[in-house]
Amino acid sequence: MENRPLEYDYTVAKMFMLTTIVLGIVGMTIGVFIAFELAFPGLNTVLGSGLAEYTNFSRLRPLHTDSVAFGFTVSGIFATWFYVGQRVLKVSMAESKFLMFIGKLQFWLYVIGVAAAVVTLFMGYTTSKEYAEFEWPIDIAIVIVWVLWGVSIFGLIGIRREKSLYISIWYYIATFLGVAMLYLFNNMEIPTMLATSAAGETNIGDWFHSISMYAGTNDALVQWWYGHNAVAFVFTVPIIAMIYYFLPKESGQAIYSYKLSLLSFWGLMFVYLWAGGHHLLYSTVPDWMQTMGSIFSVILILPSWGSAINMLLTMKGEWQQVAASPLIKFMVLASTFYMFSTLEGPIQAIKSVNAIAHFTDWIVGHVHDGTLGWVGFMIIAALYHMAPRVFKRELYSKSLMAAQFWIQTLGIVLYFTSMWIAGITQGMMWRAHDEFGNLAYSFMDTVDVLHPYYALRGTGGLLYLIGFFMFAYNIYKTMSSRPVEESELQNASPMGA
Amino acid sequence: MDFNEFAAYAYFFLVVFLVVVTYSYVYHLYTKRKDSSGVDYEHYSNMALKDDIGDTPVKPVSKSEEK
Repeated sequence: MENRPLEYDYTVAKMFMLTTIVLGIVGMTIGVFIAFELAFPGLNTVLGSGLAEYTNFSRLRPLHTDSVAFGFTVSGIFATWFYVGQRVLKVSMAESKFLMFIGKLQFWLYVIGVAAAVVTLFMGYTTSKEYAEFEWPIDIAIVIVWVLWGVSIFGLIGIRREKSLYISIWYYIATFLGVAMLYLFNNMEIPTMLATSAAGETNIGDWFHSISMYAGTNDALVQWWYGHNAVAFVFTVPIIAMIYYFLPKESGQAIYSYKLSLLSFWGLMFVYLWAGGHHLLYSTVPDWMQTMGSIFSVILILPSWGSAINMLLTMKGEWQQVAASPLIKFMVLASTFYMFSTLEGPIQAIKSVNAIAHFTDWIVGHVHDGTLGWVGFMIIAALYHMAPRVFKRELYSKSLMAAQFWIQTLGIVLYFTSMWIAGITQGMMWRAHDEFGNLAYSFMDTVDVLHPYYALRGTGGLLYLIGFFMFAYNIYKTMSSRPVEESELQNASPMGA
Repeated sequence: MDFNEFAAYAYFFLVVFLVVVTYSYVYHLYTKRKDSSGVDYEHYSNMALKDDIGDTPVKPVSKSEEK
């Protein structure tokens, strides 16, 4: 074995590719189901009223958000890290038994953590903090998984051959540090077994229950500092890490401006952390803090568009590749949706616009054009690029990929357009009043009006889910398609008809 | 000067300071074009484009790695 040339080792990357796809299917299936529940409330008791506890919207909604964010997306982040990290640092996981062990340990602990989260959320155990619903034992497991990932990142950096860190590595490091800080502070909680109530009771509730260390307005502030920056450091920063590697690599084009990538990085890091206050406009937090949240949200357009334009300009003179390759289509549209949702977000954060948008479906639409169009498309593209390289086989079907692209794009368009109309209609109806100040409409009036848009939204989600199944099938079939030579894997991924 | 007034001035000067820092960084990047070790920033794109394990690093960790 002495003379065998050194190769990158994608064992751990492949493991996380599997969880990306499986948890994507789980999260998106639940998402589509609960979307139809909103349109057709009878679905809440589809398995009978005895089991309604497990099928109602409120029980399933955190399962949807957590499995797409912390399941699908975080798995995608890990999978791409264990692929990109090795390649741009020019060091193989096979060179360190320790890092290989840590990577596998991280995977299995992650799987255990995910299983525990899914089971407990299904059973209704929750801390009731949005995107932070897990009880404290699961929080601790997540922290351990995260620390192990940190060991992998800095361990691999420690044994690298390439001295400089490629821009994607900066973004992965930022993801690691950002999420670590946010998760720890937002999940500060006291197990109820250690607490004493005002009436002097001790040992309250089950051992795994806890209460947050924050209350009232402080809780809201910490929660939205966390909630908004979870969008930053789970849905934005690591996805930029991906596109800065996969788009240049797949197209064979150098990044349009590496300098702009550095500038955008620091811009994003500084500005993003201050924007969370826009979730609390017109609430009890101090007015200056709301204004600051609005202003920083608007400034955020600059670094966001800096990255997105950099990606689109990377394709300068090479636009025929967009027409020719469905894989490049996914990334160019991801970048476009990134521009789109980073313009939409700041608009919604302006106080006067927010007066209409707050609490409406427009917000839901905004989140989904970002997650389906930007996050989902980029992770799908990354896995499509990785598959031929980790399996050493050509992608099973180009035409299936192209069909998936168009079906999912149509799904996204249906999703956000229906939510725009629904949201603005809702916002206007809630505010409407007669000349004496009486509200013109009851809540049920809005529900009646919104029904067709909810049905359309469910249909959009269903199309996206169908596309995701096509993606899973394409990757599955790739594992047994035509073997390829190393020389075929330089840039454009080899694809079967 | 009460605290709020102080905070307002501090905020204003902080924003001015950060704008100056940002534009200085832009000026630095585009006039120097190369980092302290003499590598043109734009060459760093090759870390992604030439990323086979046998490819020559843009900036090797040790001189012995250079081919």
